[in-house]
Order: sequence, then structure tokens, then C-alpha cells
Amino acid sequence: MRRLLLISVPYLWLLALFLVPFFIVLKISLSDTALAIPPYTPTLDLGAGWAGLKGFFAELDLENFWFLTTDDLYWKAYLSSVWIALFSTLLTLIVGYPIAYGMAQAREEWRPTLMMLVILPFWTSFLIRVYSWMGILSQEGVLNQFLMWSGVISDPLMILNTNTAVYIGIVYTYLPFMILPIYAALEKLDISLIEAAEDLGCSRFQAFWLVTVPLSKNGIIAGCFLVFIPALGEFVIPSLLGGSQTLMIGKVLWEEFFNNRDWPVASAVAVILLLILIIPIILFQRNEQKQREAEG
Amino acid sequence: MRRFSWFNATSLTLGFAFLYMPMVILIIYSFNESKLVTVWAGFSTKWYGELLQNEAFLSAAWVTAKVAVASSTIATVLGTMAAYVLVRAGRFRGRTLFSGMIYAPLVMPEVITGLSLLLLFIGIGLDRGVMTIILAHTTFSMCYVSVVVSSRLVSFDRSLEEAALDLGCSPFEAFRLVTLPIIAPAVISGWLLAFTLSLDDLVIASFTSGPSATTLPIKIFSAVRLGVSPEINALSTIMIGIVTVGVITASLISKRASLRLQAEEQAAART
Repeated sequence: MRRLLLISVPYLWLLALFLVPFFIVLKISLSDTALAIPPYTPTLDLGAGWAGLKGFFAELDLENFWFLTTDDLYWKAYLSSVWIALFSTLLTLIVGYPIAYGMAQAREEWRPTLMMLVILPFWTSFLIRVYSWMGILSQEGVLNQFLMWSGVISDPLMILNTNTAVYIGIVYTYLPFMILPIYAALEKLDISLIEAAEDLGCSRFQAFWLVTVPLSKNGIIAGCFLVFIPALGEFVIPSLLGGSQTLMIGKVLWEEFFNNRDWPVASAVAVILLLILIIPIILFQRNEQKQREAEG
Repeated sequence: MRRFSWFNATSLTLGFAFLYMPMVILIIYSFNESKLVTVWAGFSTKWYGELLQNEAFLSAAWVTAKVAVASSTIATVLGTMAAYVLVRAGRFRGRTLFSGMIYAPLVMPEVITGLSLLLLFIGIGLDRGVMTIILAHTTFSMCYVSVVVSSRLVSFDRSLEEAALDLGCSPFEAFRLVTLPIIAPAVISGWLLAFTLSLDDLVIASFTSGPSATTLPIKIFSAVRLGVSPEINALSTIMIGIVTVGVITASLISKRASLRLQAEEQAAART
């Protein structure tokens, strides 16, 4: 009895507030836009009984999904989200790997402090961290002032409101997600393996490339997924740092919902985004499972 | 592995400079006299003063605090229960679905979570306000709590609990007297995580809030959309300060607690 209660409370909560809402999105994505409250048809009328239910299902169709294929905006937004997320993930890896590597080789007594320094920004508001770049990247911002003062450029660069600013924003905010798994992999690495490689005639770089990188592969893969998956549906970064030409699907969904008030299309956008996300999520879980099996 | 070199020193220095520089610049400019955020016109704390007189910000801060305390507390209870179910309840019907529902919200884009909850609230005719934001925040943060707590439960020695049961505790007493004190650090960090997630959330709150309830992130977002503002710099500085103090205190407390636990275990082993 007690066990049943223990299971059912969180279970019912998640069913009601996670699973059911998701099916509502699915259902509305199959509905039509209407000038009504709520702004779509058909609405489910349980009072009408079986006939009402049948009529309800008969009115659902894939029209909104067709609409997504006819307007360039949507598929371009999906493609450009995938591209922006991929490219920023790569940049995050390039920036994060040396940091994780340096941490793993630092003195043992420094490591907890270094870990804390990596995690601390993660506890600070995401919104504030994104916002902090607005003052740096704007036309009269700190970066442009510095570059002009040092004589590198004579006219201010336009960085804010471009895709470059979005890349910087993603790298900055998701960097801890990349560093921590790579650090975890590198920390376990046995130094004698690298020494062996060097004794056998590898240069330092070769030893790094042939021994260290392959042995930290799992950390790299985990880090890349942890950055790519949330970056794909990102809304705050493109809307604060990106410009009007920055297309990301999270922003499109938001605008479709709040500005155009087109709920069925917004729901259809959400359903497709989820279908795209399923692939990296499954790959990520497989990687985690393989790792667990290898360790266990 | 250990081999410190100039290369590692440089990459660490540059890396941490990159992580911290934007926030340092933000803090410095929050003390700028000028309204033009990019021109330094001398030290001043006037933006903090203006912030404290801004009714809209103060009431948004109050709403945010209420939502964060309520949702993180409920989420901690539900998340701990869920972790217990995942680790201890064994097999039951629908277990796969249950663990799926725990992990899915962690990777779900916020826009989708927000949209789906809003459609639910409208569907059942619930008025949007503080209540609906609390429900929404509880739902996603309980999943984070359960991940944190279940990782602690997995590494926990079950025989301690069994000993308590053998010695005459009821299952609930065994939980309260044995299990809870041991998983307490994880429960506390789960609560803190849920609290900061709630403080931080813009997207889900925007979908699920009504005109009567504006949270601080919603307020900040609508203010900074138009550009950098010195008042927001001041507000951000205060928030960064609170988080820094909070995280450092929490880590010191948990360090001390784990030291004490270790000492107690050693003392118990000796007797």
C-alpha cells in the first residue's frame, strides 16, 4: 500500500504535467487555426458522446505539417538551427578541451578549486550570462573600444546581432557541459601510457593525438551531445545576441506562438523539433550505456 | 596524470579569463555613473538606488522568490520520492515509462515544455499566474532532483536500512532515521539546484505566467531586448553576488558535513 502511494504520486504528477501536455501539443498540431478562444478547431466536446468523439478525430489532419513544407522559413530555420548547434559544439570542443586537459594535469590539491571555478558560472543565471555579452559585443561595446584603442581596427566591428555573437553565446554558456565530461575522462588517464608512447618514439604531439585523444573519446562524445542537444532548441541566445537574419527554430516557435498567435503551427513546429532531437538523444544514451558497461 | 607545462598554464588562464571576464565587466559597469553603459564616467552606486525604488522590479523579485521556494520544495519531495522509486521499488508496471518521464524533461527544449504546459493549463481552464508557474517549475525541476538524489541512493549501503528494520523500526522510521540523514547532502543540493533553475527560468515562465504574475527573468528579458541598461547591470551584480555567496557557503557546509560523517563512521567502527 505504502509502495503504491510512493510510486503513484510522482508517477501521476509526471503523467498529468509532462505526458498529457505533450499529447495535447500533438493534437493541436493536427487541428486548424480558428478565430476563436482557444484559437483552433476542433475542440473536444465530451458531452456529445461517441459521435462527438468520432467527429473530433475526423477533423484532425496533417495540414499544418504540409504548411511547414510550403513556407521556406521553417525548413531553413531547422537547417540553420542544426548548423548553428553543430558549429558551436565544435567550437566549444576546441575551447573546452585544452581547459579540461590543463585541469587534469594540474596539481591534485588545486583540482577541487578548479572544478568549483568551472561549475560556479553554471549556477549563475543563464539569462545574465547571455546578457553580459551584449555590453561587450555591441558597436560601442568593450571589445570594439579595446580593438580601436589598440589600433587593430579603425571602424567598429558589427558582432552583436550576427550569427558570430550567437556562436560566442553558445560556447560561453555551455562550456562547463563540455569541460566536465572530458575532464572526468582525462583524470582517469594513466600517465604511464603516454610515457610508454613517448619511449617508443612518439613525439609529444603524436602521443597526445594517438593516445590521449582516443582514451578521452567517451568524454568528448558526452560533452558534444550535452552541448548540441540544448543548443538546438535554444531561444534566449539567438533572441538576445542574434540578429533578424539569425534563424533558429526555438525563436521561430516563440514568435509563431506569441506574435502570430498561430497555436496549431507552433505545435507542429514543436513536434518536428522533437522528432529531430530524438536522433541525438538516442545516440547519446547508447554512448552512456556503452560506457557504463565498459566500466561495470 | 600530471605534467604541468606552460601550455597548460596558458590554456587554464585564458579559459578561466573567458569564463569570468564577461561577468567582471558587467559588475564593473554596474558602478558606472553614466547612463551610457559603455562610457566610463566615474564610480557611483546610483543605479542600485534606482533599482530599489523600482516597484516593478521589486514585485517581480517577490513573485520569483515565492515561485522558487514553493516549486523547489515540492520538487524536492517529489524528486526524492521518484529517485526512491527508480532505485528501490524494483519492477512494476510502467517502470520504463516512468524512468523515461524522469529523463525526458532534462533534454526537452524549454520552448516545447513551456508550450505544452500552457496548452494544458488552457485546456483545463486553469487561470495563469503564480500557481501555474509553480506547477511548471516543479515538473521540470523534480526530474533534476531525482537524478541528483538517485545517484546518491545507488551508492548507499542498503544493509544499514535493513539493520534498522531488524532492530524494530517501521519502514518510515528507517527512512527518516537512517536513509534521510545519509542522502541529506544530495537532497539539499537537489533543492538548491531546483531553486536556481526556477530563479533562472525565462522561457517556461513566459509561457505559463499570466499578466498578473511577472517573474524577474521575464522583466529582465523585456528590459534588455532593447539594449544594455545600467539598472539591469546592477540587478545582475546583486544576483551574481547572492549565487556566489550561496554556492560557496553550501560547498563549505557539505564539506564539513561529510567530514563529520566520516569521523562518526570511524568512531562507530572503533567501538
